Amino acid sequence: MAKFKGAVVVDTERCKGCGLCVAACPSKVLGLAPQVNAKGYNYAEMVNEDACVGCCSCGYVCPDACISVYKVTL
Amino acid sequence: MTKQDIIKPENLVYGKTKVLTDNIMHYCPGCSHGVIHKLIAEVIEEMGIQEKTIGIAPVGCSVFAYNYLDIDMQEAAHGRAPALATAIKRLMPDKVVFTYQGDGDLAAIGTAETIHACNRGENIVIFFVNNGIYGMTGGQMAPTTLEGMKTATCPYGRNTDMYGFPLRISDLLKEIDGTCYVTRQSVHKTANIVRAKKAIRKAFQNSIDGKGTSIVEFVSHCNTNWKMTPVQSNAWMEEHMFAKYPLGDLKDTPKKRFDEINHL
Repeated sequence: MAKFKGAVVVDTERCKGCGLCVAACPSKVLGLAPQVNAKGYNYAEMVNEDACVGCCSCGYVCPDACISVYKVTL
Repeated sequence: MTKQDIIKPENLVYGKTKVLTDNIMHYCPGCSHGVIHKLIAEVIEEMGIQEKTIGIAPVGCSVFAYNYLDIDMQEAAHGRAPALATAIKRLMPDKVVFTYQGDGDLAAIGTAETIHACNRGENIVIFFVNNGIYGMTGGQMAPTTLEGMKTATCPYGRNTDMYGFPLRISDLLKEIDGTCYVTRQSVHKTANIVRAKKAIRKAFQNSIDGKGTSIVEFVSHCNTNWKMTPVQSNAWMEEHMFAKYPLGDLKDTPKKRFDEINHL
């Protein structure tokens, strides 16, 4: 079976820290950052980079379209 | 393999569609409006109909939808979006016309316009976002508010003896002969989002094929006025809203054309 590795890029200035991507991620890759963006929201970031398989669940549920997902086949 | 090796343009599998503008949405964090806007924009891009789609924005939280969708849009008076869509579609039959309405707009003040636009079988698409509350004005009771649900104007819960019952407007509209496709979807989980996107695509295709009015209802949440976090309100919606508003297709038959009925 092919193995995938993914990476998530969050547009931190668009992110409002709703946490829906954190709840939707099946691999528990994402978390909310302790820092805040210009609007004062704790934006989402990758906290467990190695577990990401690029499934795009976070991108689908993001209401602010601030997530881009990259994926490679190993 | 490091993160920098993966993040290259050729490896991009999901990103923001170009039909959504770069404006930051004014919606509350976690609001389903953002997901629904995004799905509509993605379908418009995939179908290649950006240049010939006209949207009608309602009055309600999504009043600024025209700031976020990079298509021609028109703002309607409260509840009158289907009437405006009728006019635009009849004057420009080659355009794809959709309305985007909330429950206070479509199911309360705009009930007459909605029912009559559906009854005429206008070839438009109606997107109906149902969160059971008036979001923009501060969380008042809407016709779709659940029995016993607490809002700003019924702080002890909706009493059906005094305020009536939750209005299932999609079930009402499916009985009208002019509608061709009535479906109820939700956007709280990945699988539901994929299904909702298929429904949006089908609704636009019905409009292009001239089959009649398509209604896509989205059972949604309003975490600010429900006074929960986005994740909690999704769970609450799944537990309570879906019992009253079950998901799935309610109707999928094209309207009968005049020449078919009269054997001309």
